[in-house]
Amino acid sequence: MTQLSQSNSETFAAASLAAKSGTEVRLEGVTKDFGLAKPAVDDITLRIEPGEFMTLLGPSGSGKTTTLNLIAGFEVLTKGQVLLNGQDVGALPPHKRNLGMLFQNYALFPHMSVYDNVAYPLRERKTAKDEIQRRVGEVLELVQLVGRDKHLPKQLSGGQQQRVALARAIVFNPKVLLLDEPLGALDRNLRGALQLEIRRIHREVGSTFVFVTHDQDEAMNLSDRIALFNEGEIEQVGAPEELYARPETLFTAKFLGDSNVFHLGKVSPIDNAVAWEDERWAVDANTVSPKVASDRGSALVVRPEGVSVSKNRSEVPPDANAVKATILDIEYLGSYRTLVLALGDARLNGRARIDAQSSDFSLGEEVVAWWRPYRQRLVAE
Amino acid sequence: MTQLSLPRRAPNLSWLLLVPAVALMAGVVYVPLIQSAVRSFGDPPSLQEYADLFSDGITMTVFWRTLGSAVVVTLVTLVLGYPYAYMMTRASARVRGLLMTVVLVPFWTSAMARNFAWLILLERNGPVDRIFQFFGIHDVVFYQTTTGVTIAMTQVMLPFMVLPLYSALAGIDRKLLLAAQGLGSTPVKAFWKVFWPLSKVGVMSGLVLVFTLSMGFYITPALLGSPQNSMIAQLISQRATQLLDFAAAGALGTFVLIVTLVLVGMANSQGGSISAISVVVNTDSPKGNG
Ligand SMILES: Nc1ncnc2c1ncn2[C@@H]1O[C@H](COP(=O)(O)OP(=O)(O)O)[C@@H](O)[C@H]1O
Ligand SMILES: [Mg+2]
Repeated sequence: MTQLSQSNSETFAAASLAAKSGTEVRLEGVTKDFGLAKPAVDDITLRIEPGEFMTLLGPSGSGKTTTLNLIAGFEVLTKGQVLLNGQDVGALPPHKRNLGMLFQNYALFPHMSVYDNVAYPLRERKTAKDEIQRRVGEVLELVQLVGRDKHLPKQLSGGQQQRVALARAIVFNPKVLLLDEPLGALDRNLRGALQLEIRRIHREVGSTFVFVTHDQDEAMNLSDRIALFNEGEIEQVGAPEELYARPETLFTAKFLGDSNVFHLGKVSPIDNAVAWEDERWAVDANTVSPKVASDRGSALVVRPEGVSVSKNRSEVPPDANAVKATILDIEYLGSYRTLVLALGDARLNGRARIDAQSSDFSLGEEVVAWWRPYRQRLVAE
Repeated sequence: MTQLSLPRRAPNLSWLLLVPAVALMAGVVYVPLIQSAVRSFGDPPSLQEYADLFSDGITMTVFWRTLGSAVVVTLVTLVLGYPYAYMMTRASARVRGLLMTVVLVPFWTSAMARNFAWLILLERNGPVDRIFQFFGIHDVVFYQTTTGVTIAMTQVMLPFMVLPLYSALAGIDRKLLLAAQGLGSTPVKAFWKVFWPLSKVGVMSGLVLVFTLSMGFYITPALLGSPQNSMIAQLISQRATQLLDFAAAGALGTFVLIVTLVLVGMANSQGGSISAISVVVNTDSPKGNG
């Protein structure tokens, strides 16, 4: 119990520290046009809170790196504004923006020792020598690299190089740290360990972190909020749980986690029922995405953990929405199993997660998949 | 129990691949080299020929002239070649191809043709001379002077500077420059603190290559220069083919070889353990971690 309250107060202290020392990053109508068919970044507006851990998530080519480069000043805005604590920095070159940046391939200076790499931003700021020594020592301790200061980058493992890059990016206490897929080149175990470390460092330094990744799990693990990118536009912004539980578009629903998807065509957002094949399903008004409109295609999505499976219709609760299904495969995953389903006449791919103890199903069996209306979402396509 | 025997390893004969090249090099380069070095001590052996180099009043003058123009050519090609190689790494593939072709054309034309072109350009009342006259400059003479020879040598040597430089610069991760700027450097400082040190391998290779070749230049000084300002290679040739004084020619050749090797050794110890050729052949230069 003491432990619990202690960790609570720690989080609280970290939160208040963060609120004090981070910088607010605001993007207003930010656009970057490389002269391709569509601008790489297309009229993005986003407010990142001081001290927040914001992740820009999206498929490759969706404009995440370009957005980061626009914030850092490595690319020139076509339109719009980048504001740091309310100050428009559009005209400032990178070295005057005082941001920390972590590149995917670390970008360590190969001809400098670990110490010189980490000291680099301090020397550029004409910091006194003993202060440099103190800061570099501190920050190498923070990333757990004490005793490696004389090594050259190439003498370190990938994970260690990433820690050096992280140390170098935070040693001058930047108010904003930009991280472009910093863990992309590492193997899975190392990624997990470094994710924890990045989280911890975020809490300790309290700067605003803008983190780019295409890995949804990484985004879910790390972020306070996620901005989901799609073709240069922001599809949806929100806390990880919110994006997962209340996707507004089919893109969001499919990008974060598995979904059973039923394409409905155009439906009115105020109907309290929708039809799919010869099924009729009840719709709760509060499960309808604000983006659903009668002139735009819609889809009904249900997460696998919201779907139950029964042997026949009579076992389905009367208030549930149901669809006939065939069992294609059964995956055993310890505490639960996943049924791979073919849904309806169209034999859509679907999944249901059921208890490991629940009644036995066999491959090829005709069953009924069902879910409560509150477990579904009506989203825009 | 049957013992499983490993297949016996065949003796490694891959070193045989070296034989043809080594035999050729030994036959046409090293044996004559050693022979001429041996002859330089005369019969009976003495250091007389070497002592004469320093006291005959002509050898040292020519040597210093050659060294001086080699140094000038080396530095000027660096100053011209570095920005050129840098732009090659920045250009689009098409422009890069064009820039590369421009560099390589001298390689494709015969040395004779190139030097006669210079002869026509630089001769008295030739195009270059007339441009100078147009501006009222009459006292700069290019034909049959060390200045003219050095200018022509610079042009001929430029590819030997550009190619190793390009190969080294192309291997430098440009993200490092962005990283340096992100960490607070102006673009100019980022260049000097990050890009320039990483390009030193290429610079050293270019310097060594151009310098050693310039020390042994023969055709250009022979065609564009005059006997009054000949270079060391001409002196060697003269002693060997006209005076048939093989001992003197051998001594001079050996002396130049030793001086050059000492200078190259010094350059290499500056740039790590890189030999001139390593970068030309091997593009595995520092690259960040990209
Ligand atoms: N310097 C550039 N010149 C031209 N097109 C570019 C440039 N940088 C990025 N792009 C294009 O912009 C789009 C977005 O790229 P990027 O921001 O790197 O995406 P992400 O980081 O999300 O993978 C891509 O289509 C890419 O090809
Ligand atoms: Mg990217």
